[in-house]
Amino acid sequence: MQPRRVVRWFALLAAAVAATAVTAAEPAPLLAIYGDVVHTMAGPPLEKGVVLIEAGKITLVGSALDIPVPPAARVLRGRVVTPGLIDAHTAVGLTGYLNQEQDQDQLDKGEPIQPELRALDSYNPRERLVEWVRGFGITTIHTGHAPGALVSGQTMVVKTVGETVGDAVVVPAAMVAVTLGDDARPGDEKKSPGTRSKAVAMLRGEFVKTQDYLRKLDLGDPEKRPDRDLRREVFADVLRGRLPLLVTVNRATDIDAALRIAKEFGIRIVLDSAAEAYLVADRIKAAGVPVIVHPSMRRGGSGETENISFETPATLRAKGIPVALQSGFEGYVPKTRVALFEAAVAAANGLTTEQALATITSDAAAILGLADRVGSLRPGLDGDVAVFDGDPFEYTSHCTAVVIDGRVVSEEPR
Amino acid sequence: MQPARRERHCAPPRGGVVHRIASALVAAVVGAGVAAAQDRPIAFTKADLVPISGPPIAGGTLVVIGGTIAAVGPAATTPIPPDARTIDCTGRVIMPGLVDTHSHVGGGWGGDASGPIQPDVRILDSINVRDSGFRKARAGGLTTLNIMPGSGHLLSGQTIYAKLRKASTIDDLAIRDAAGKPLGGMKMANGTNSQKDAPFPGTRSKSAALVRQKFLKAQDYRRKLAEAKGDAAKLPDRDLEMEGLLDVLDGRIVVHHHCHRADDIMTVLRLRDEFGFKVVLHHVSEAWKVADQLAKAKAPCSVIVVDAPGGKIEAMDLSLATGAVLEKAGAPVAIHTDDPVTDSRLFLRAAGLAVRAGMSREKALEALTLAGAKMLELDARIGSLDVGKDADLVVLSGDPLAVRTKVLETWVEGIQVFDRDDPDDRLFAVGGYGAGRDQKAHACCTDARLSETK
Repeated sequence: MQPRRVVRWFALLAAAVAATAVTAAEPAPLLAIYGDVVHTMAGPPLEKGVVLIEAGKITLVGSALDIPVPPAARVLRGRVVTPGLIDAHTAVGLTGYLNQEQDQDQLDKGEPIQPELRALDSYNPRERLVEWVRGFGITTIHTGHAPGALVSGQTMVVKTVGETVGDAVVVPAAMVAVTLGDDARPGDEKKSPGTRSKAVAMLRGEFVKTQDYLRKLDLGDPEKRPDRDLRREVFADVLRGRLPLLVTVNRATDIDAALRIAKEFGIRIVLDSAAEAYLVADRIKAAGVPVIVHPSMRRGGSGETENISFETPATLRAKGIPVALQSGFEGYVPKTRVALFEAAVAAANGLTTEQALATITSDAAAILGLADRVGSLRPGLDGDVAVFDGDPFEYTSHCTAVVIDGRVVSEEPR
Repeated sequence: MQPARRERHCAPPRGGVVHRIASALVAAVVGAGVAAAQDRPIAFTKADLVPISGPPIAGGTLVVIGGTIAAVGPAATTPIPPDARTIDCTGRVIMPGLVDTHSHVGGGWGGDASGPIQPDVRILDSINVRDSGFRKARAGGLTTLNIMPGSGHLLSGQTIYAKLRKASTIDDLAIRDAAGKPLGGMKMANGTNSQKDAPFPGTRSKSAALVRQKFLKAQDYRRKLAEAKGDAAKLPDRDLEMEGLLDVLDGRIVVHHHCHRADDIMTVLRLRDEFGFKVVLHHVSEAWKVADQLAKAKAPCSVIVVDAPGGKIEAMDLSLATGAVLEKAGAPVAIHTDDPVTDSRLFLRAAGLAVRAGMSREKALEALTLAGAKMLELDARIGSLDVGKDADLVVLSGDPLAVRTKVLETWVEGIQVFDRDDPDDRLFAVGGYGAGRDQKAHACCTDARLSETK
């Protein structure tokens, strides 16, 4: 336990100094990871490849025949090596596996619009589901406030390690979570939004108000500056293009509404879930909007998600729409999906192995704006790697090692 | 949507429009009822057979006559009847239709909020046979389901064992005994799902006490019946609840008992031993903690395989290795979908994950078929490719446990009920617009495509 304690204290110190973005406080050892196949996601798969990681960063990727084993390196071997996997949208860490009131912090339904709620302030890095998904090779998660309110709060990106959120965080505020459709209703008939039109009107109202706020900020006269307002500040970042909206929608009607709002205010959006995206794929493509497709195995597939298709990732990709996959949010048993398994369904339904891997590696990283940090095996990127004893998508394969920032965090086959 | 890709099935594929019209005509002639009986022997040839009851047979022959398996074995030693329609299944795998011991397909509800123990209630009275879940289940290769009411009661009602024949009414789905009575079991539950405000129990002890009291009452009812010796004047009044419980106490039907925590599992066995009923333990999240006891008690376990633990406290120690641990201990193991908790179309996946966690391939495939058939006491009719059993088959494009393998065809009693090449069937296999709606009626006398009935 002694080294861990040292790490923890060092991490706290580092966090205090750096405030955010502390991922690997520990000097990482030199690692050499060999695979019969290495999916770099930065080019075609390498046969007999090797990935070298030094001080937490990838330093070399190439043929094992050309690159000698560095004398001091710790060596890992596997049949298949991939970048550390990315779950492009989850609520894990805010939603706990016990599903009891005290471990559910992914949604506050007190008000319909609360963009000021930060994911940082609820994230529990010790949550068992974080460790659970990590065991299947997931090293980066985009997590935060869940769907279920018109604007439920912010999301963030973390690595699936760390003793505190400060250790884990990669992007403290990634997106603002918006829900359109039935799930935006508060459940109480007397409260708004009670209809789709009302929800859109409320959201537009917020942006109009924020435009006024920004105008007043720009007046230059300190006397006339508006008071600080957390809600306005977040929406202002959305209008400035610093924060995208993550819009959870399923019906084609609601997807269309989301695109309309994005166009009206010139804001960046990412479509989330998007069960009926295949009905409006041309419009999504024209708008240049990426889609984080629902877990195909999500429970029920009823109501607004009754028309989900195992083939949606392939359909959207064929249109040229950037696609990532996700574990989503689960309210019961099982308490989370596993993005690896969702990509496997996509691989069995129209995507090639490389394309399906991209939905949980390189393409997911690009949608999250982190392509230069994670999601592929290239020199300079974080030393995040997953090792498998067979095709990662086969049910009967195992993830045999997980490396985050050059540290081996799991070697228990799962 | 993706353009429909032609996936090669066992050849020859169906004969297109002409064949479909002919089928409709045959159905019309047969009249009432839904699925016409198999009219001509069928020989599936050159198939890789997975009989479950014995080792795999490469390039084997399977002959079906009158909806029943008439022959199965290596090509060289299995003659094909001269009048048989021969289907070349080169490169295809055929295994028995999958048996799901625990499903909620059909949108049925059992007991209501009036009380925790409702043995008079039958799920068969509330199933919508047009629910798209049935189409999806066929697309997953399932042929037999134990359709159950939920777990929000100590006893939520009578279950039904259903064959996934093309159906217009629940009568078309029912599996019947020799006297024509629909077969089923009794759904019970303990743990937290059935705990709520009175008259429901508030604790585990109260749950057990309520159940025991009800069974004691049924024992009294049985005694009064016996003492009357058929004398109408002395017979107790008929009582649907008591009749349901007597079916349980007399061993005519099996109790299907939801339980997760190890202590809840042991409570079920305690009640079983006190009252002498037959029981299958369902879900058994913590069975791995008491595997030796379960093996010793010869307790059949039907396991749920889900992606992660938790979702409720009693599932916090759920393990993917439950099947493996039970297999090692020697307890009987089946796997179920609990659809909609897991999707029937991905039932084979559950066995794949069980193998990932240490179960043998053989036992995992058995857990989807013969083991479940035994737990439903239907193994004389279904669960393996054996002569005399119902011709319930799944035709697969490859290894049953491989992620990219497709269910190409599903057959029930010699009738094809799912064909991935049929765009209408394919919609339910992969999903898409309309896949979640109530399905069209399978009318006997018209083309189903023209008669959308909701």
